[in-house]
Amino acid sequence: MPPLLDIRGLHTEFRTGAGIVRAVDGISYTVNAGETVAIVGESGSGKSVGAMSILRLIPDPPGRIVAGEVLFDGRDLLKLREEEMRQLRGSQIGMIFQEPMTSLNPVLTIERQLTETLEEHRGATRAQAVERAMELLRLVGIADAGRRLKQYPHQLSGGMRQRVMIAIALACDPKLIIADEPTTALDVTIQAQILELMKELTQRLNIALIVITHNLGIVARYATRVNVMYAGRIVESGTAAAIYHDPRHPYTIALLRSVPRLDRPRQARLEPVEGQPPDLTRLDGGCAFRPRCRFAVAACALSRPVLAQAGADDHFAACFRAGEFTATDQAA
Amino acid sequence: MTTPLLEVKGLRMHFPITEGIVTRRTVGEVKAVDGVDFTVGRGETLGLVGESGCGKTTTGRCILRLENPTAGSIVYDGIDIASLGQREMVKLRQKIQVIFQDPFSSLNPRMKVGQIVAEPMKVHGIEPDAAKRQARVLELLSICGLNAGFADRYPHEMSGGQRQRVGIARALAMNPEFIVCDEPVSALDVSIQAQVINLLEDLREKFGLTYLFIAHDLSVVRHLCQRVAVMYLGRIVELADSDELFDNPQHPYTKALLAAVPVPDPLVEQGRVFRPVQGEVPSPINPPPGCVFHPRCPSAVASCKVSRPETREIKPGHFVACTEV
Repeated sequence: MPPLLDIRGLHTEFRTGAGIVRAVDGISYTVNAGETVAIVGESGSGKSVGAMSILRLIPDPPGRIVAGEVLFDGRDLLKLREEEMRQLRGSQIGMIFQEPMTSLNPVLTIERQLTETLEEHRGATRAQAVERAMELLRLVGIADAGRRLKQYPHQLSGGMRQRVMIAIALACDPKLIIADEPTTALDVTIQAQILELMKELTQRLNIALIVITHNLGIVARYATRVNVMYAGRIVESGTAAAIYHDPRHPYTIALLRSVPRLDRPRQARLEPVEGQPPDLTRLDGGCAFRPRCRFAVAACALSRPVLAQAGADDHFAACFRAGEFTATDQAA
Repeated sequence: MTTPLLEVKGLRMHFPITEGIVTRRTVGEVKAVDGVDFTVGRGETLGLVGESGCGKTTTGRCILRLENPTAGSIVYDGIDIASLGQREMVKLRQKIQVIFQDPFSSLNPRMKVGQIVAEPMKVHGIEPDAAKRQARVLELLSICGLNAGFADRYPHEMSGGQRQRVGIARALAMNPEFIVCDEPVSALDVSIQAQVINLLEDLREKFGLTYLFIAHDLSVVRHLCQRVAVMYLGRIVELADSDELFDNPQHPYTKALLAAVPVPDPLVEQGRVFRPVQGEVPSPINPPPGCVFHPRCPSAVASCKVSRPETREIKPGHFVACTEV
């Protein structure tokens, strides 16, 4: 069966005063129906721009998708007319953003924000839409749905708003939901509630999920497959188990080592990833992680390594030395 | 036991809610901090954890006297901060410094880094000589891992991690003894967090600093703190040595909080049975009667709704405010 989403060689760049920033510099990955794929990376790694490019929500200017294919259910989204794209957003592909306060419309009631989607995409009547909106709020665990429908976003707590966002994303039975840092703005106990809810609903309704996050714990708990991004490229991809227990890219290794662990007593010292994240306007032809890499060799300066198979079948890493790391190198 | 450097007793900070434009009437109170006791020993790092609105930041602000507490005492090295006048407080502020969460909004965007770090020395008249002050600025920057070139930069030319280093250098300019660290790494990228955590640890050793470390990231707190206090809705519900608290949590809220944090290891996660705690944090304007956690607590009994649980020492140094433990 072909994958639900097949991204091939996607390039998105921004023209800035300092030069062209290749925010997404040739990424390819697939998402199968019903599976959860995590995109991990730090600010500026291109993880959000990559996801926004799927929905073509890149502000132009300054941004532009310059190359690649985004095959969703066999259709290349980058070739669709704007009107067709608009039909697809919010119906077949749902979106959940980080900050539910800024992504909900503050002057519309919750009811209107839910029914708008349903009337627009489903041609539902107002009465049908309201009934479905009630059902959706109950689905996302909001008690007293009738009263909540009449309220405005500011009258809800952060966790409640994010539940509403999920309800909107689910409204038209999407096949795919893209969640960009869905719980970063929330407290830990609320974060856990929202993530469990998303897991339960996507499994039950067989919805594929792309979770964009910088939280390695969330990835370990919820994702089946992981793509690690650095400086606009995927530097490692594989199953969650492979990425955490047999990391093959020095950035992944360093990242896993640098985080303090709640399940372990205090160690003497953390091992940070030294140096600063790269300036994307000043990349040379070599590996972008080279200046911070403790395994770098001369070859790393000459060309940028591409993703190649490392370890198991579906495990890939973009490092010349991917095959050389020992268990001691990899230990987190 | 030796006398602690800081002793907080019965601290309360209630903010009035007012109505009316011409004549303001107080119609209610936000009980941001509602009876908090703890001590911090010299050279120790005490972690103060909890979710937003639990009062951890307000507690820190009371210690800095950026708020005037409603009740309670804050004794720092024998002096009650809560009753000090403005002028005496200015003096004491040299010893008690702060590092803020957001390195974007806590540095003046119109000042160069060198000026930012020199400013407190100027204000407090610590180093009146300009040349010496400049040398001291470069020394402080270098202690914090920034080379001399950064003194001529503006904050917007730097990354988040570098800016946080400037914030730390500024706090060190006064040769403080005690630093309130209010979420100092939560705005930073994962790979940079560890750098700043290590810097804070190095400084603690080098200058014998004492930290009150306010954070919501429990993994960071476990790594950095010797003792940890867990706050919920203006109260401390549990306080213990770091490893004891994380390995042997007793209060139902602490347990829920620890269970909610995913560990970066898929194998560990597969083995965990996990049910998130239900409900949300109630409003501090009208907190629930009795134990403030009872509406969400899986082990609440009838008496929890009525009486506020006393804090008990269940093991030496391990304090819990729960009757069912």
